[in-house]
Amino acid sequence: MSDAIIQVKDVRYVYARGAVVALDGISLDVPAGQSLGIVGQNGSGKTTLTKLFNGLLRPTSGAVIVDGRDTAKHSVQEMAGTIGYVFQNPNHQLFASSVAEELAFGPTNMKMSPEEVKAKVEEAFEFFDLGQYRDHHPYRLSFPLRKLVGIASVFTMGPKIFVLDEPTTGQDHQTTRVINRLIHKLSERGSTVICVTHDMPLVADVSERMIVMWNAKMIADGTPKQVFSDTEVMQRTHIAPPQIAQISMQLKARKGKEAVLNVEELAAELGGKKKGGA
Amino acid sequence: MAGEIAIKIEGLTFTYAAGSKPALSDINLEIKRGEYLGIMGLNGAGKTTLGLSINGIVPQSTMGFYEGKVTVEGLDTSTTPVREMARTVGIVFDNPEFQMSQVSAAEEVALGLENLGVPTEEMPPRVSAALATVGLPGFEERSPMGLSGGQQQRLAIASVLAMHPRILFMDEPTSNLDPIGKEEVFELARKLNREDGLTVIVAEHECEVLAAYADRIVVLDQGKIVMIGTPSEVFARGDELAKLGLRVPQATELALDLGGSDKKNLPVTTEAAVKWVEAR
Repeated sequence: MSDAIIQVKDVRYVYARGAVVALDGISLDVPAGQSLGIVGQNGSGKTTLTKLFNGLLRPTSGAVIVDGRDTAKHSVQEMAGTIGYVFQNPNHQLFASSVAEELAFGPTNMKMSPEEVKAKVEEAFEFFDLGQYRDHHPYRLSFPLRKLVGIASVFTMGPKIFVLDEPTTGQDHQTTRVINRLIHKLSERGSTVICVTHDMPLVADVSERMIVMWNAKMIADGTPKQVFSDTEVMQRTHIAPPQIAQISMQLKARKGKEAVLNVEELAAELGGKKKGGA
Repeated sequence: MAGEIAIKIEGLTFTYAAGSKPALSDINLEIKRGEYLGIMGLNGAGKTTLGLSINGIVPQSTMGFYEGKVTVEGLDTSTTPVREMARTVGIVFDNPEFQMSQVSAAEEVALGLENLGVPTEEMPPRVSAALATVGLPGFEERSPMGLSGGQQQRLAIASVLAMHPRILFMDEPTSNLDPIGKEEVFELARKLNREDGLTVIVAEHECEVLAAYADRIVVLDQGKIVMIGTPSEVFARGDELAKLGLRVPQATELALDLGGSDKKNLPVTTEAAVKWVEAR
């Protein structure tokens, strides 16, 4: 038995209409607790891949095993307690008239007992630091808070795996920082976190591993450092690594070395004055 | 063409009818013809409202309290009909799909021209020219919905360019696009600015993008202009920006970490940072 919580075994997926090959021979093991970034241009297969994880789509050939279960043999509802999806726009996800109600909806729907639901909701208030907004209407909250409520409402269903679709798109720096910190927190408590995104600084910050999709195939798989250092893949896919990675790769004195993903690290390597404490 | 000022904003304060605080507060700003201006600020800082005040949607089609004066290419935006303003200022929003309503790219581009009352026989050449300018030559009969995000956003730009505006305002134009789409849109805006002399104004969160393209950057905070200057001048004030919840390009952060103190010559782009480090 593999200890991977997600196993994608030589999967091919063809959209029946137009016979578009969306995934072509994908194999991928995601160990439990890993933080994975999936990147690539629109239409490259990223979203199709994540829709296989809960059985929303079933492979044309090959198999997808999630938490020991073959997704072809289980319903999306059955998978909901294992894998939770957070959409890009929280407005498409929130509908209850208070935050507490919103958070209770998922687990209630999953037929958890009222005590269990209450415990889950309290755990979420604590984890997301949302207790003070308990009775607020979700739509009256600021965008960053709404985003947190969106993630919290998935959290209360107790999934082992979180799939976050473009968690930072269109957000300002302040909000992005809140989201990045939250993803770190989810990883620290042992959740498997998958971010599907165009935000490369996000991947550099929160993902231990990243894969690059290109024309239905997975063309790179490694740590963000390794993948951002792969100039050929970056050029082919037009993915721009974080600026600091680009600078580190272009310095003549570092020729042939791996990319550096944060500013302090490169400054230290270059023997510069380090900021005290900050 | 009178003078070289494209836009003059004097004492502009605007409060939405439903708002308690002004969305814009005592804005004074002159933008030169052919300038590429970046606008930074948190969500809600007033970036979009400022853009809408330049083409007259604020105050003409927006309920609220308006004070001050905005003059764009000699036109008073509070009294010149918005339809007329569209000949001068083109606006492109963040989600191109919301701007698409027609069955073909040509009709999409022609829609604005129809609203302006452009004679029918003049339309096809203007439509084709606009599509060619944005790198979509021959796309006349294509369905907008079948285009990629980057192509849709370029089509949205073609729709405003067909009206031959002097000014292009783009509000977070690439936040819904993938990396290829983003590159396409910003390269196009640069070309329109450099080669055709369009005045370009971009509201954008990604400071690396503004650093690479903008001549000047305006920083808005709670409806007020709190900083204005070249990218080097603005990003040299990293500490103040951090207090506002904003950041500087990693290129600048690196130079600051390495003890860079010559505020006038701090790098703001990748290329400049590489040169700066190698010249140390």
